Amino acid sequence: MRDTPTALPRVSLQQKLFRLWDSDIAYSFRQSPVTMAAGFVVLLILIGAVFAPLLATQNPFDPSGLNLMDGKTAPMAVNEFTQNSYLLGTDDQGRDILSTILYGSRASLLVGFAAVGLAMLIGVTLGLIAGYRGGIVDSIIMRIADIQLTFPSILVAMLIFGVFRGVLPVQSHATLAVPVLILAIGFSDWPQYARTVRGVTMVERNKEYVQAARVIGLAPLTIMIRHVLPNVLGPVLVIGTLGLALAIIAEATLSYLGVGVPPTQPSLGTLIRVGQEYIASGEWWILFFPSLTLLALALSVNLLGDWLRDALNPKLR
Amino acid sequence: MTAVASASHADAVPLLTVEGLRCVFDVSKPWLNRVLEGASKQSLQAVDDVSFFIPKGETFALVGESGSGKSTIAKMIVGLLRPTNGEIRFDGTDITKVGNAAEMRRLRRRFQMIFQDPYASLNPRMRVDTIIAEPLRAFGILSEDGAIATRVAELLRLVRLDPADGVKFPHEFSGGQRQRIAIARALAGNPEFLVCDEPTSALDVSVQAQILNLMKDLQAEFGLTYLLISHNLAVVRHMATRVGVLYLGRLVEVAPSRQLFTAPRHPYTRMLLDAVPDLAMSGRQRLPVQGEIPNPITPPSGCFYHPRCPLANERCTQERPALVPAAEGYVACHAVAEGRAA
Repeated sequence: MRDTPTALPRVSLQQKLFRLWDSDIAYSFRQSPVTMAAGFVVLLILIGAVFAPLLATQNPFDPSGLNLMDGKTAPMAVNEFTQNSYLLGTDDQGRDILSTILYGSRASLLVGFAAVGLAMLIGVTLGLIAGYRGGIVDSIIMRIADIQLTFPSILVAMLIFGVFRGVLPVQSHATLAVPVLILAIGFSDWPQYARTVRGVTMVERNKEYVQAARVIGLAPLTIMIRHVLPNVLGPVLVIGTLGLALAIIAEATLSYLGVGVPPTQPSLGTLIRVGQEYIASGEWWILFFPSLTLLALALSVNLLGDWLRDALNPKLR
Repeated sequence: MTAVASASHADAVPLLTVEGLRCVFDVSKPWLNRVLEGASKQSLQAVDDVSFFIPKGETFALVGESGSGKSTIAKMIVGLLRPTNGEIRFDGTDITKVGNAAEMRRLRRRFQMIFQDPYASLNPRMRVDTIIAEPLRAFGILSEDGAIATRVAELLRLVRLDPADGVKFPHEFSGGQRQRIAIARALAGNPEFLVCDEPTSALDVSVQAQILNLMKDLQAEFGLTYLLISHNLAVVRHMATRVGVLYLGRLVEVAPSRQLFTAPRHPYTRMLLDAVPDLAMSGRQRLPVQGEIPNPITPPSGCFYHPRCPLANERCTQERPALVPAAEGYVACHAVAEGRAA
């Protein structure tokens, strides 16, 4: 048989988009108003964070652009000295709260996504190896994960953060705060990914398609990456989404406790820490709006994660 | 055909020879539990001293109940499991002792496997053309994309599928079509020997015959040698040149297919055949089905079959019968050897 194969019809982008819109997942998304609302909130905060320099009326962390006379203006009120008015008010330095929130969610989301990415990378790799290899390798990896899980993850993150601060020179603390925070949260969150991936891998490993790949003589690493990995990513996506909310909260917690990002490039957590100093003196908006944003973000991401878990579970369809 | 093929066994060069194959699984509880509960180590003899050979171009079938070790033997032959003892000689080379990875790869190319469940044996996230092309790339047979596409199309046509189906995912196919895809994958590296582990047991009856006939056609076209694992005696009768009957990891009878189905020797083989309702066996006395297959962790003494055997006597409970020649085959039964069997 020498004839060339017929031109194989690959699907166009338009067809792909239609298929996506027509898929079960998109359908279940359209069926759930709560999920759509959560998706809208997350999208709104994402756009705000990504385009913060374009959307914000000022760069709140550039001292030259600030006017101290604008300080502590209430939301929508007119400042008695400068006659300026701010939608969400200003803090004691005259920073526009809306602008600080836009920039603050930037730091929060950056740390959240990067930390989840790191935790996923470590967790999925170790989980795949543990689940596929089994035996002593599995025992060692999972016992390490178990030991780490006995400590609250925020404690582990603080420990890692503290070690880095001790090791790194003082002058680099401010610039390296965000990377260190990402490492700290990423390293404290990997066990749950490893556990999940290990469990699914142990199921997939015994399926016949993996045996077929072994009969062909593929190397274990190739089998893990090409065959097992794509089939374990569903659950990883779900816990990754739920983990994003946790990572954002963890970052906020660390920043609130003062071990996170410095006030010169604050995250939502830093804003909340700064804002609580003014709650007793009546300037409630400095605390309230960053907290509300954090709450809305974490809640929406969690709702999306819950929906994704149900949507990917064939038994609940 | 079967009689001729089996009569010339002595001269035919076997493609695959299995000798004294044994597989023991450690089924002990974890170390900590053993220490705390004072339990001892436990092992399960899944395959016990099994020997057979398959001449080139023939189909050898292994039959037996669940837990008789059929699939374990298949897995050891294709290298998914390591035998505890014994030799598996493929075309003269003992594949259990090949240490060299390059040589093992060359050998692997010559034998492939068709799995039981076509719903599990194809990666759900891969397109069919990628699945079939995988052995081509893995064995380094073809590397250029165009040549691979041509070969994949050829393979799809070979198993009576449309080459345009290559872009689809496995879930878009029926069970029978999936098994065809699995066969195409197995054939991709031009193997000489195929291990077929219950290739039709997950399929609808109407589709089973199609797959079996396809396998027969391919055998005739490419001179393939099959090891067929099955518990379905109708399938075995249709396909096999010779049949080995396994009971609890031991071969109890090996005979040419026609002889096995017309004149079974071992009481267990007879019971198996009697359990099939639609085979015409009038005129021969039926042996009643008794009991169940024993727990392989604590197997009976002597002949493993004696607790269920209507012909068992004192000797059967103590002495393991050897596989001795009987007519054109072999049988491991004291009753047959002593002439007690009717």
